[in-house]
This record gives sequence, structure tokens and C-alpha cells, in this order.
Amino acid sequence: MATILTVDDSASMRQMVAFTLKGAGYEVAEAADGQEALQLCQGRRFNLVLTDVNMPRMDGISLIRALRALPTYRFTPILMLTTESAADKKAEGKAAGATGWIVKPFNPDQLLATIKKVLG
Amino acid sequence: MDLERFHQTFFEESFEGLERMETELLALEAAGEGAGAVDPETINTIFRAAHSIKGGAGTFGFKEVADFTHHVETLLDEMRAGRRPVTAEAVGLLLRCVDCLREMLASQQAGERPDTAQAESLRQALEALRGNAAQEAPSAVAPQAEAPAGGWRIRFRPLPHLLQTGNDPVRMFRALAELGELTVRCDEAALPAFGELDPEVCYLAWELELRGQVPRREVEEVFEWVEGDCELAIEPLGGRGEAAPETDAAPAGDATEAPALGQPRERTQSAPAGVSAQRRPRAQAGSIRVSIDKIDALINTVGELVITQSILGQIGRELEGVLGPQLEKLRNGLAQLERNTRELQEGIMGIRMLPISFAFSRFPRLVHDLGRQLGKQVRLEISGEQTELDKTVMEHIGDPLVHLVRNALDHGIEPPEEREAAGKDPVGTLRLSACHRGGNILIEVRDDGRGLDRERILAKARERGLVAPDAQLSDAEVYDLIFQPGFSTAAEVTDVSGRGVGMDVVRKNIREVGGTVEVASEPGRGSAFTIRLPLTLAIVDGQLVRVGSQIYVIPLVSIVESLQMQAGQVNVVAGRGEVYKLRDQYLPVVRLYEQFGIEAEHTELAGGMLVVVEGEGRRFGLLVDELLGQQQVVIKSLEANFRRVEGVSGATILGDGTVALILDVGGLHPAARQQAAA
Amino acid sequence: MSETAQALEAGPGGPEAAAGTRQYLTFLLAGEEYGVDILRVKEIRGWERTTPIPGTPGHVKGVINLRGTIVPIIDLRERLGMPAVEYGPTTVVIVLCVGGADGRERVMGVVVDAVSEVYDLPEEAMRPPPEFGAEVRVDFVRALATVGEKMVIVLDIDRMLGMEALGAGAGTG
Repeated sequence: MATILTVDDSASMRQMVAFTLKGAGYEVAEAADGQEALQLCQGRRFNLVLTDVNMPRMDGISLIRALRALPTYRFTPILMLTTESAADKKAEGKAAGATGWIVKPFNPDQLLATIKKVLG
Repeated sequence: MDLERFHQTFFEESFEGLERMETELLALEAAGEGAGAVDPETINTIFRAAHSIKGGAGTFGFKEVADFTHHVETLLDEMRAGRRPVTAEAVGLLLRCVDCLREMLASQQAGERPDTAQAESLRQALEALRGNAAQEAPSAVAPQAEAPAGGWRIRFRPLPHLLQTGNDPVRMFRALAELGELTVRCDEAALPAFGELDPEVCYLAWELELRGQVPRREVEEVFEWVEGDCELAIEPLGGRGEAAPETDAAPAGDATEAPALGQPRERTQSAPAGVSAQRRPRAQAGSIRVSIDKIDALINTVGELVITQSILGQIGRELEGVLGPQLEKLRNGLAQLERNTRELQEGIMGIRMLPISFAFSRFPRLVHDLGRQLGKQVRLEISGEQTELDKTVMEHIGDPLVHLVRNALDHGIEPPEEREAAGKDPVGTLRLSACHRGGNILIEVRDDGRGLDRERILAKARERGLVAPDAQLSDAEVYDLIFQPGFSTAAEVTDVSGRGVGMDVVRKNIREVGGTVEVASEPGRGSAFTIRLPLTLAIVDGQLVRVGSQIYVIPLVSIVESLQMQAGQVNVVAGRGEVYKLRDQYLPVVRLYEQFGIEAEHTELAGGMLVVVEGEGRRFGLLVDELLGQQQVVIKSLEANFRRVEGVSGATILGDGTVALILDVGGLHPAARQQAAA
Repeated sequence: MSETAQALEAGPGGPEAAAGTRQYLTFLLAGEEYGVDILRVKEIRGWERTTPIPGTPGHVKGVINLRGTIVPIIDLRERLGMPAVEYGPTTVVIVLCVGGADGRERVMGVVVDAVSEVYDLPEEAMRPPPEFGAEVRVDFVRALATVGEKMVIVLDIDRMLGMEALGAGAGTG
């Protein structure tokens, strides 16, 4: 089964995402910010990274940029969780190499549908 | 899915976020206007906190909070981008917003609707500050769903780098194929000679035909993420004229940004008349969240400390003869160390303890819904919800409790007419209670329904071959049959209880955390299920015993007594093996060395040491070589790196650093072993 | 289309799979040299007395205390069906991180005759194990690798040790 890394500084969002994904049979790892996520990614290979944008220490956009620089993460789907309705964050994320995005607020079903879209 | 389980975390982190906002805002205020440039990270921190609250509130359904926070966030975003000066006025207003949010969240936490009047006036103040410039336009009406009868022709030519965005055309086509009938034609014209092929580049283009009544938006959504990474044309199939005029609709993506994606959440605006100026006490800031791993690591370390302390204690005793006048000091020091270690251990164990209200909180809703579904009237009474128990234990009893409560409603409590006919209150009572008893926690699920039907249970157990046809059983023994594997079958699985999960699973789950479950019942008066659980899974008071060269730990709670066997009392009973006559009871004797396949000193029963134990309601004796001391031991999992082992509940580390196994008395009884082998 | 689809699916996976050279720790068992991915090795210790676990097969030597956690020790000779030998001064326990069949990671120790070398082995050096005829059960072997004149049997430790967690009939209730 695919392993997914969820990155969010909000514990409740992380819990909700992790709980939903585990319930659907995915394996889930969690990180509280970009730096922690990057460290995890250097140690192992995730099939999908799901990251919030606004986070302390290292934000989601920088994380995406850093991941795309790793040889093992060049093609890995990376989704941003974003509440920004303004298109600029999405554009910034895409420019950094994001695969796509999920707009907050979302519910578990929407999350799973989107994950399914990239993990097939 | 029930999002409620995450609410507590959301509230805690939101209150923390507000605290952070407040601190930073106050710092800004103190720095004073014009005191040089504001540190952008300060504004960023405030913004992030607001942003998280908004995101969480939206996700967990606190719409009023999310809406209001949105306005706060907008102002902060402008400040962050340098479009809005950080004035004393703005900071003051933001501080009032923080207060308002705190109250709104506290209301939500208490399950009440937040007071939106204050939020509304603050919202107006925020907008006034932003010079009304930001009268947000109502979100654009989504373009009319356009769905031509024939379908769509899609020309899709990825730019070479498309694969490197993690997007995959095949998956996108799969998504399209779910919308309608899809035919795909691949254009390989751009494909270079094999030798020049760069596997990381996408050379192909496709022309797709999607047949069926599919709204354009759904097609666009599939390509939403690759906008800008491809050339894309979407045209109606068939005659161009018959399709609706092709407005160059908003680029894919825009439409989905509208709040449309949020959960549809109708809330009737029944504002309470007369605004009560009731101020909610501030949410307690007296808790921090710590990952359970950290606590477990701490528990481990303390466990090590306990071991070290016991080693030192032993050395101290050995030095008694040698030390002379220094002895008293050492003894005092060691006693102090022992006391401190124990307090530290208890304190840390306490961190893992949570009130059982966490497990009980779902029942009011569940009982209400289920009662309605079954046409039964039920009053739920909960008591002792402040009783604390270990988090892991709590996680394990959630499902068994739900099962018992459902069962009580489904099978126990009668419909109102039946109750009235029997002279009972038409409203049934279901009582959930918890309390501490000794080193255990007792949880009771009691109903005043019809009670268990002794004859039906017995008949069914006979039919299933669970009891011999001529067996004479006490009431308690009959009632206990419902926990037997294979007792409840699909035949009476109702929509509510059952679902293939029987009471045997309830007992199994409870056993897994070292607990027991029993039932008592009285016809016409109701049933009571009593669950007994250990307070914590982390430590146990144990009796150390030696068999050959091995040391085992027997939990003190399962020991009845220990004795040296008298020759005259040892018997062999046909079909039951060796027994020992203790007063008027015949106790089966289990030779531990035989069961564990190790060497022992005593193989003669007469004169041997017998530890009389009780597990799963059965009393029997364990033959051991020697009784050693009693001590509290830290339980370590065997399963973490290995697996469950029959007759062993875990392991511990002794004072000398070696491992001793902790016995699972219930699994050692001869009958239990036969069951396990069957 | 289907061919294209396969090519595409292989596309993103392809370049990653050829991750290149990895390091392997090798050890000796009855004169043969075996290798495990060095990233799985947590530590190497001398043999110490274990606490036996009832109801387990002979190759499970028992458990030890590894800084506060309980770690099972497996005799690799016995696990692979080779004659047992008495433990001597060179006998070592390699502590490994094992991915179990249930998806959980476990820490387990294996007893081997002696530790040998650390090799850098490129993926090209790996050849699939022969269908039969090897000393060791084929499903435990991930690949055979040639290092100069020597041959190293690279073990699939998840396969080999992950099954221990399932208990093969004992205490799975």
C-alpha cells in the first residue's frame, strides 16, 4: 500500500488527514513543518506528499522546491493544502513543482477522491 | 466520518494560536508606532495562527468562526504584504478580534452557537479600517453547467516537463473514463529515435473523445492541475452549432476555488433573542500537547531508572556489613532515591491517564439516534466520567463499549408498549458508569430491559454444540455462554447489533488489555455487563518465581495464594489430569516447566511449590521451583518486535538487565491451551 | 493505447528504480558469504545469553534487552536449515530493522558465524537467484552478486524474518 507523508503545522488537520488516509488503507507519516518533512523524505521514499502552505521554519512552497531537487522525489506527486483562494499561491506552488492542490476546507471524502486521482 | 474526534485538538491548538497572536500583538503594541520597521516574522506568526484557525474551523464545521477569521486574516495578509501599515489602531482592533474569537471558540467547545453580534461589529470595524476597499464581491456565480448532448473532443498536448510535476496523463485519462465513454488517440509524432529518448520528458500528445452528457466543468477539473503545463482544447463533439455558445469560460481551476468545495452546511440562523452578556470563562490554557511517543520514551527511561534504583538498593544491602558508620547515610540516601523514583514513576504514568469521558462522550448521540431508529425510548445516565485510565486501555475499550450499548438498546430494552404492558416505565434506562476499585477500573453498562433469556441461550448453545445436552449449568454459567466464540451467528444479526461481531470479540478485545468482562441478568429486570480493566498497561505488581534457570513474573492480581504441596493431597483424576486438593476444592495443576519446555529442579508434585492463580474465572495451580521477591515491574511488549505468545502477556527487565517473561495466567489454564490449539 | 499507458506508467518509476549502488554488510554462515542492505543494520553485538520464549521453534533463541526494548534473536543457521554450531568468540548478533508481513517494522537480531565485509554493489551486479539448487530457500534470496572472484548471497530479510511475526501457528489468537 502506498505511503503518504502529511505535512501541516496544525495538529488537528494532521490528525484528520492521517485518520482519513489510514482508514482508507494508506500508510501515513506526519511532519509538523517543511524542515521536518524534508528530513523524513531524505530517509525514506513516500508515494505522495501532502503539504500545507503556511508553516513555521519551512513553508510548503520551499518544501516542494527542496523535494523536487532530490533525485528520488522528481516525479512523486506532491499536493498542496491551501486555503488561499487567490491564484498566486497555487501558481507559486506549481512553479515550485507541485502536482496539484486541495482547497481547504475539505471533507474526508473530498480528500480521498483527490488522493485517488493521483495514486490511482 | 465523524470529525468530532478531532475537535478537542482543534480547540486546544486554536486557543494556543490565539495566545500566540495575543502575545505578538501586545509586543507590537509595546514597541509602539513608528519604532522602526516591524519584524516581518512577527506579522507572519500572527497571520499563520489566524490562518490555521480559519482552516481548521472551516474543516471541522465551525462556520461562524471560519467566516470571522477570514476577515481578520485578510487584514493580516495585507499587513504581511506591506500593503497596510501596522498602526496602533489596527493592532488594537486585532486584539479585540482575538478576544472575540476566543469567546466564539469557547462557545463552540461548549456545544453552543457562538454570539455573532460582536463578530459582526468587529467585521465592520475591520472593513472600515481597510477603507471599505474590500467589500468582498460575492463569490462569482459558477458558470452554467454546460453539457452538450454528444460529449467533448479534447486535444491535450503536454509540455515536455509535465511528468516532472508528478502529474500522470494515464491517471487523468482514467478519471475521464469515469465520466463517460472515452476513446484515446495517441500522437507520437514528436517521439524521438530511441537512442535520443529522455525518459523524463513527455513527447506524446493525445486526442480524446469523451462521449456522454458530461458538464464541461467536470472535464476541466480533470485538467485543472496541469493548466500551464500543456496545450489544451476542449470542444463539444458533433456540430459546433448545437452546443451552447462557447464562452471562454473561466480557466479551469477558478470555479473550484469558490467556497463551493466546502461542505454544504446549512445552519438555520436562529439568533437567540436578547443578547445575554454572559461571559464564558477563558478556555483553560493549562494543557500542552505532547506526542505519545515522547511520553512512552519517558516511561521507558523511568523504567530504566527504577531498575537502576533497585540495583543500587541491592548493593546497599550487600554493603551493610562493610560500611560501619557511613551505613546510615547510605541507607537514608537509598530510601530517598526509592521514594523519589516511585513518585516520578507514578507522576509520569499519570500523564498517560485520561478521564473516561473521552470514551463516554459519544454515547448520548449514539443512544439518541439508535433509540429513534429502533422506536425505543431510552434515558441515558452517565456517572463517573471523570474516572481516569490509561490512554491505550481507553482506545481498546471504545469498540466493546459501543457494542454493549448497542446490544442493550437492541436486545435489552423493550419497545415502549411492551414495557407499559409489563408495568414498567415506558422509557427505558441505560446506565453507563465507571469507578476505581483497587488497582482496577470498573465500567458498567446496565439496562432495565427484559434481561437475558436463560432458556433461549441454553437451547442455542446446545444447538451449536457449545454445551453437552445434559449439562447442568448455573445461571452465571449460562449467561457466560454468550461470550463463547460461535454463539451469535448470522441468523440473528440485526441491522443494529451483530454485523458479524459477536460478544466473543468484545471479550477478546477486553482481554487484550488485560481486562475481564462479566454479565449478570435478571429476567424482566435487565442486565449488567461489568468490565474490569487495569489502570495502566505500563506497570504491574508481580511475584517473581523461578523455574530452573528462568525467572517469570506472575501478576499479583491473579495470585490467590502460594503453598507447599502435601503428598496426600495430590491426585490424578481421569480426564482432568493432575489435581491438588486444597480444602474442599480440586485444583488442576499446571507444570510450568512442562508447558514451557524447559528444565526444572522439582518435578515431583509432593513437596513442590504451588502458586494458586485465578484467570478467566478459573482457579488452578502452577508448579514452580521457588518463590522469589515481589516487585513492581515495567511491562515491555513482546509483540512490538516479535509476536503474541500464548501464556505470556509481556516481558520485563530485571535488576540485572536480563529479560523475564510476564505470565498471562488466563492463557495457561489447561482448557485455555486446548482452545488455543483447537 | 495500452502500450503507451504502460510506457508512461513505467516512465515516472523508471529513473528512480535505477537508484544505483548500495552498500551491503556481509557475514559468514558455514563458509558462504551472505549480504544484507546496510541501511537495515542497526548494530552488531557479541552473543549474550537470551531469555527463551515458550512455544517457539528452535531457531528462535529467545529475547534480549536492547536498551530497554525486547528484541528477539534468531539463529540464522538454524533458520536456513544448516547444522547448528556452538557459539564462539567470533559469533555475533546483527541487529536488523525488519519490515513485517503486517506492515510493521520490527527490530530483530540474527546470530551469524562472523561478520565479513562491507561492499558497494551496483544494481547491475545483482543477478536473480537460480530457481533451485541453492543452499538456501530461494524465496529468502533477493539476488546473487559477484564481487571479484566471490559470490555474495543477498538475503531478503523481510521475507526471511517478517514471517517470524506471524508465528506460524503458535499464539496467533
